[in-house]
Amino acid sequence: MSEINHVRNTDATTSSTPAIEIDNLSVWFGHGHDRVDAVKSANFNLPTGASFGLVGESGSGKSTILRALTGLVKTWQGTMRVNGHDLGKKRSKDFYKQVQMVFQDPYASLHPRHSVDQVLSETLSLHKFKNINDRIEKLLTDVGLGPQFRFRYPHQLSGGQRQRVAIARALAPEPSILLLDEPTSALDVSVQAEILNLLTDLREEQNLTYLMVSHNLAVVGHLCENIAVMQNGEIVEILSVEDMRELKSTHPYTQNLLQSSLGFVREEC
Amino acid sequence: MNLLEVDNLHVQFPTRSGTFDAVRGVSFSLGRERLGIVGESGSGKSLTGRAILRLIKPPGIVTADKISLEGENLLDLSERQMRKVRGQRISMVMQDPKFSLNPVMRVGEQIVEAYSQHTRASRKEAKAKAIEMLEAVSIRDSERVFRAYPHEMSGGMGQRIMIAMMLIPNPQILIADEPTSALDVSVQTQVLSIMDRLVQERGMGLVFISHDLNLVSAFCDRVLIMYGGRVVETCRADQLYNAKHPYTQGLLNSLPRLDTPVNRLQVLQRDDAWMTDNPQLDDKPDDLTQPHISKTDAETP
Amino acid sequence: MNNSNASASGASTITGLRAWLNAEVPGSRWQARASAWYHGWLEFKSNRLALLGLLILIALVLIAIFAPLLSPHDPYTQNLSNRLLPMGSEGHLLGTDSLGRDLLSRMIYGARITLYIVALVALIAPVAGLLVGTVAGYLGGWTDTVLMRLTDIFLAFPRLVLALAFVAALGAGIENAVLAIALTAWPPYARIARAETLTIRSSDYISAVKLQGAGAFRIIVKHIWPLCIASLIVRITLDMAGIILAAAGLGFLGLGARPPSPEWGAMIADGRRFILDHWWVATMPGLAIFTVSLAFNLLGDGLRDLLDPKSQGK
Ligand SMILES: Nc1ncnc2c1ncn2[C@@H]1O[C@H](COP(=O)(O)OP(=O)(O)OP(=O)(O)O)[C@@H](O)[C@H]1O
Ligand SMILES: Nc1ncnc2c1ncn2[C@@H]1O[C@H](COP(=O)(O)OP(=O)(O)OP(=O)(O)O)[C@@H](O)[C@H]1O
Ligand SMILES: [Mg+2]
Ligand SMILES: [Mg+2]
Repeated sequence: MSEINHVRNTDATTSSTPAIEIDNLSVWFGHGHDRVDAVKSANFNLPTGASFGLVGESGSGKSTILRALTGLVKTWQGTMRVNGHDLGKKRSKDFYKQVQMVFQDPYASLHPRHSVDQVLSETLSLHKFKNINDRIEKLLTDVGLGPQFRFRYPHQLSGGQRQRVAIARALAPEPSILLLDEPTSALDVSVQAEILNLLTDLREEQNLTYLMVSHNLAVVGHLCENIAVMQNGEIVEILSVEDMRELKSTHPYTQNLLQSSLGFVREEC
Repeated sequence: MNLLEVDNLHVQFPTRSGTFDAVRGVSFSLGRERLGIVGESGSGKSLTGRAILRLIKPPGIVTADKISLEGENLLDLSERQMRKVRGQRISMVMQDPKFSLNPVMRVGEQIVEAYSQHTRASRKEAKAKAIEMLEAVSIRDSERVFRAYPHEMSGGMGQRIMIAMMLIPNPQILIADEPTSALDVSVQTQVLSIMDRLVQERGMGLVFISHDLNLVSAFCDRVLIMYGGRVVETCRADQLYNAKHPYTQGLLNSLPRLDTPVNRLQVLQRDDAWMTDNPQLDDKPDDLTQPHISKTDAETP
Repeated sequence: MNNSNASASGASTITGLRAWLNAEVPGSRWQARASAWYHGWLEFKSNRLALLGLLILIALVLIAIFAPLLSPHDPYTQNLSNRLLPMGSEGHLLGTDSLGRDLLSRMIYGARITLYIVALVALIAPVAGLLVGTVAGYLGGWTDTVLMRLTDIFLAFPRLVLALAFVAALGAGIENAVLAIALTAWPPYARIARAETLTIRSSDYISAVKLQGAGAFRIIVKHIWPLCIASLIVRITLDMAGIILAAAGLGFLGLGARPPSPEWGAMIADGRRFILDHWWVATMPGLAIFTVSLAFNLLGDGLRDLLDPKSQGK
């Protein structure tokens, strides 16, 4: 187990209860020969209103942490706390009102036979909202989709348009914590800018807490204050975004990641 | 001769009130090079790729003056001949990798099947080759992945599996639709260098659809910029940052940058004129007008 | 809605309605649904063969409803002096059977029985199959094991043999025959539904509704069923031909409908004795079975093109 750099994280956790606390979390899949230890003893904290980035190697367990937090993966060990409450194997309905997630793959996260309208109205009615019609219209404009998309089915939408529907769905219950799994990797930069601005605004208005996975360091740098770097199931380093900008990292993998995301590919062409 | 020539490609979907033009007169040519396509979400990038392979299903309508692969017009081929083209001469990495894999078949089986369709290798050879391919796209525990089902893969692993499968038949043209959008930079570099080798050493033509402007400008030779179903600008990739079209500039400005943090990102102000005619047309007709003119530009990358 | 204020003249109401159905951006949920149906219908209509199948089945339903009006004679009245009249003889368009009953009338009444069988089987078998399959597939674990072993037991017997056993145990009669057929027809549906559920269950869009706090019941009914139903409907329409034949087979063996009732299978069994000299007695009901089975098959093919999510592009 590598040492984890907690230092910069602790000052924020002292005051009020953190929105998310992850303590010694391990997640695995399968058993015997095919067992995968997807996450190994992860630790990190997010104060309310913070924005935390998870970056790292593909397949290093970033999505798995989010899925364990939302209760989609049951095989885990350790402690997870949301707003001070310990999470068990089951999640209450209340939990889902606080925590919402945007999935990584916009092609897989929408039901192929439900129109945009159905997706959003079901979500809203499950959370017992009134005036569903107005809310749907508002949500769609928020994510930059016009009313002409409201009754479309997923196969009539492009990848970026689907992702925006998925973001609208996550925003619908008005959660206080958003888990974002590569929310903008399917979007072009102009829509990405709109979504990132939307996320910034929402955070200012409603004091949302974000836990965001992305492999795009510039996006993470834009939205987050702290990042955790993962490799092969382990969090190898936690550092602040300022340090990241100044390439002040101690772990060789982080160094490598930062180097290559600044001036990559050029050299090989 | 150019590997691929696309002339005046249109893709339409009949909707309730008239037709929706998703792709409107796209023309370009592809040599043994890396051609990037960037552009807004919904601008018809994926549909252009699918249309070349004639993968657009009715009610979608595809028309073009010509889509020729080494002088052979793909529009004239029968469905059967087209199937041959699809597997062996043009491959496409779809934007939705996990969706394109069979959910109830193990990953390894699918690669082996793809491989043995193209060669008469024994099962053992095919398996060795499959594992080798998985390792080439830097998948760590290739033996486990070989036995796993697609839903057990992470987003980036699914993408890499798809790339591995598409490279097996050794195609003349690879259309890669956002192949690296879920990959971290180090793996991305690895995957790109595989593609790069194929272009350099085997003379493959690569159509690289991506949202990542930095990546495209660094990796590709030429870039098409699409907006609203049309190609609004073609330029050399290393000149991308000097692009003229206001749309392209808007895109570049909305990029978040690691070194210069801002509070709010600039948002693109869309202009309806981009959909129809080009405001910059008078300044520099050669680069910016109808795509068949930009083709001449294309010949000298 | 818009169409209600269209003017009174018929033509403009229709164009108004069409415009309403064709609206690019539907104004309401209701309009969106109506126009989705309308466009489904347009697509279905363009498949000539499927349309033919549908028309035949509609005709069958109409014939069954209006049987008393359509049939020239009472199907049960015997007239031994007129037995085995050939086709086209006076008053008996298709001739008479061995007891002098009018064949045409019997076939018209037989449509009722056939429909009855089809409707009952179509209500019982797929619903049972869907329920068992999706519950087993979604919940997994013990539930899955138990339900699937049960299914296997039913699957292990050939359909007609199992139906025979049921009828033998329950007594001959049309209801029991239907029950027997339904009981033997559901396992394949359960298999299909379970297989589909397994691929659907682990997908992100199911995870996404779980994150809205939806329970298993809601997920199965509102999210998994719609995806399974398409392939089931197709399977059922394609199987319908087999079900009619099984019912006819039971009738033929004397285990389905009881003798006086004009069930097509029983009629064939009856006519079989005279097949060489009086071929029409057995052939006419045979043709009817053939036509209806064919109609179901055509319809099934058309529905497959329409409903299969894979054929809709992604
Ligand atoms: N349902 C599952 N069954 C078995 N293994 C799984 C399952 N889900 C994920 N894994 C494995 O867990 C590991 C971590 O996956 P995860 O999806 O968390 O990666 P990630 O960090 O999100 O990567 P990416 O950036 O590529 O999305 C991978 O090796 C993956 O194969
Ligand atoms: N089957 C369809 N019916 C109607 N419209 C469609 C259909 N398929 C795609 N479209 C529309 O065509 C347009 C172009 O889609 P396409 O998938 O090519 O976009 P894209 O450029 O690849 O975008 P992205 O980067 O978001 O994937 C979109 O506006 C989409 O809504
Ligand atoms: Mg992931
Ligand atoms: Mg696309």
